[in-house]
Amino acid sequence: MNIRKRRLLVALASLLGLYGWPIARASRLDAQLAMNKIINARPVEDGGILLDIPPLIENGNSVPIQVEVLRPMSSSSYVRAIHLVAEENPLPNVLSVYLSPQLGRAKLATRIRLATTQRVWAIAETSDGTFMRTYANTTVTTAACFEG
Amino acid sequence: MAKTSRTRILMPATARKGETIEITAIVQHDMETGFRRTENGELIARDIIRDFQVLFNGKEILRAEFHPAQSANPMMSFNVLAVQSGVFEFNWRGDNGYSATNQSTLTVTQ
Repeated sequence: MNIRKRRLLVALASLLGLYGWPIARASRLDAQLAMNKIINARPVEDGGILLDIPPLIENGNSVPIQVEVLRPMSSSSYVRAIHLVAEENPLPNVLSVYLSPQLGRAKLATRIRLATTQRVWAIAETSDGTFMRTYANTTVTTAACFEG
Repeated sequence: MAKTSRTRILMPATARKGETIEITAIVQHDMETGFRRTENGELIARDIIRDFQVLFNGKEILRAEFHPAQSANPMMSFNVLAVQSGVFEFNWRGDNGYSATNQSTLTVTQ
């Protein structure tokens, strides 16, 4: 089978949902499980986090994302961890960062890959064991992970 | 021999006591996800940086776990409250024995 024929077959198979994607792609359930594992049945409140991600993304291979948890950073009370979870990525866990009061502000900026249009969650854990979470919706026109 | 690559730290050399500075650490790495396939349909093995650690005067102040969703040439930007002068040490570790390190000095004035 030549390469062109093979590519055509692969394209057809992916249209029918038979190739690559269904095996590698995570479901929302996987993302939910990943979040449950992070939160581990402790109390969660919605909000308290600024999650800045472009609403329209041309290139899913490099998506600028900024997170700020609106909590003071003192030695007695601080943000211990920030996690990012992408619902439709092949692996929903995107990033986990463990912080300390020395940082002064619970603010991070990085660049991530997004496989497709989806919801991205930011989850923060404070030193007293409570959690906060928020999400943002994004539209991705060129996917990461499977191409380029 | 362990793999390594270029790293770059962007931060001010001096800061006033009590000021919050921003540090950006960038490392050169392809971050092969492990989800891509060759033209023949074979999976390309994962090769990523897994761990990023920042120490200040030998004490850990930030640690990050990277996953395949981290973009190529991982960039991480964060804040630090300037309290005293000292040395920041940045360590990256990853698949296939990857390891890189860099240092940067901050002078804190009153």
